[in-house]
Amino acid sequence: MSYHVQLEVNGRRHEREVEPRMLLVHFLREELGLTGTNVGCETSLCGACTVLVDGAAVKSCTQLAVQADGASITTIEGLATNGELHALQQAFWDLHGLQCGYCTPGMILAAADLLERNPDPDDGEIREALKGNVCRCTGYHNIVRAVRRAAEGGAA
Amino acid sequence: MVPSAFDFHRAGSVDEAIELLGRLPDAKLLAGGHSLIPMMKLRLAQPGAVIDIGRIQELSGVCRDGDVVSVGALTRHGEIAASEELRASCPLLAEAAGKIGDPAVRNRGTLGGNIAHADPASDLPAVLIAVGAVVHLAGPEGRRQVAARDFFVDLLTTALDPAEVITRVDFPVAAPGTGQAYLKHEHPASGYAVVGAAASVTLSGGRCTAASLAFNGISAVPHAADEVVSGLVGGTLDDASLASVSSLLSVRDPLGDVHASGEYRVELARVYGRRALASARDRASG
Repeated sequence: MSYHVQLEVNGRRHEREVEPRMLLVHFLREELGLTGTNVGCETSLCGACTVLVDGAAVKSCTQLAVQADGASITTIEGLATNGELHALQQAFWDLHGLQCGYCTPGMILAAADLLERNPDPDDGEIREALKGNVCRCTGYHNIVRAVRRAAEGGAA
Repeated sequence: MVPSAFDFHRAGSVDEAIELLGRLPDAKLLAGGHSLIPMMKLRLAQPGAVIDIGRIQELSGVCRDGDVVSVGALTRHGEIAASEELRASCPLLAEAAGKIGDPAVRNRGTLGGNIAHADPASDLPAVLIAVGAVVHLAGPEGRRQVAARDFFVDLLTTALDPAEVITRVDFPVAAPGTGQAYLKHEHPASGYAVVGAAASVTLSGGRCTAASLAFNGISAVPHAADEVVSGLVGGTLDDASLASVSSLLSVRDPLGDVHASGEYRVELARVYGRRALASARDRASG
């Protein structure tokens, strides 16, 4: 059985016939070639696959592509505008909010969701918002600093 | 990890979902997908058909009517945690929902999906029992209501018939003078409750007029700790009396696994039960 889906991803419309069991993360990576969204634990715990679906951060390994039919999705590839990094991307760069970078797309999109809801979070609120995003390199300190820097710069 | 193949159907209404459930063999309802999809990826669940109920408007939202606040089965944990109505009328539910998983999980997971899955380490089942919630079901034979205490039957097993849909859960509005608290000792990796304690107490003139306590994580179904709270009514809920009653907790066949033995969980529950009651008392007084 295949199912027709139509999604808007990073401002572009896409239509595909997909198997119902295809996960959203595989749709983004394999159908659309948007490999910035990573597959990590595959069990909804690590957050590497976090994207925005209709503005809300979700784990794209725990959503079927057919569930997102009609939705508007933002991945890490959709944040920069006209070659200029998003404030969160720039802050992660400037403050070394990453080492290996595997968790970074998910971290940034989870942080984007936070700043949309709460433009001026304190460190505790940032850590709570990133609770579902695991980084095995940095110890989180610079990630929290980067999110705060982006908030101060008006990232939302 | 990819689920095994299935046919996909989308229901536009509760009636259509019931009709599809009756017609399709081996079908499962899909709401937020945060219990079912992980089960399907692990191939612990391999339904032949999945019926998406995630867009049925009538199943979503919070609505107060007098002394009852109704929460639609599709209402997401994040909406429950942020609901001003629920924070005022059933703060225990809002607090527990805000402690589920992480923000992205709370953006997707739903009340109905959570209780239908009935994971013993989940956060909401004990809340439903502590406040005396009522689960509303719709099926081919019509609609019926099941008290929370009767809804959870066994490990991952509920009173929900495979042909039925959970439509909403009704929660009693907390009486004046009521304080509630949900405390959990969470597994540091998964966030699931090793022990979760849901407490509600009502004070009048400094004396307890009602008290309830229930636990997640320590038994196959949430444990209603009547043996702990039955002696509290009429008392002042001072620390000494809470410490005394918390030791009365008695759990038959406590759950144990590689992370925490049953004996350890029960000991933790005695501590978390005492703290949850004390916190509820302080909120009631405050």
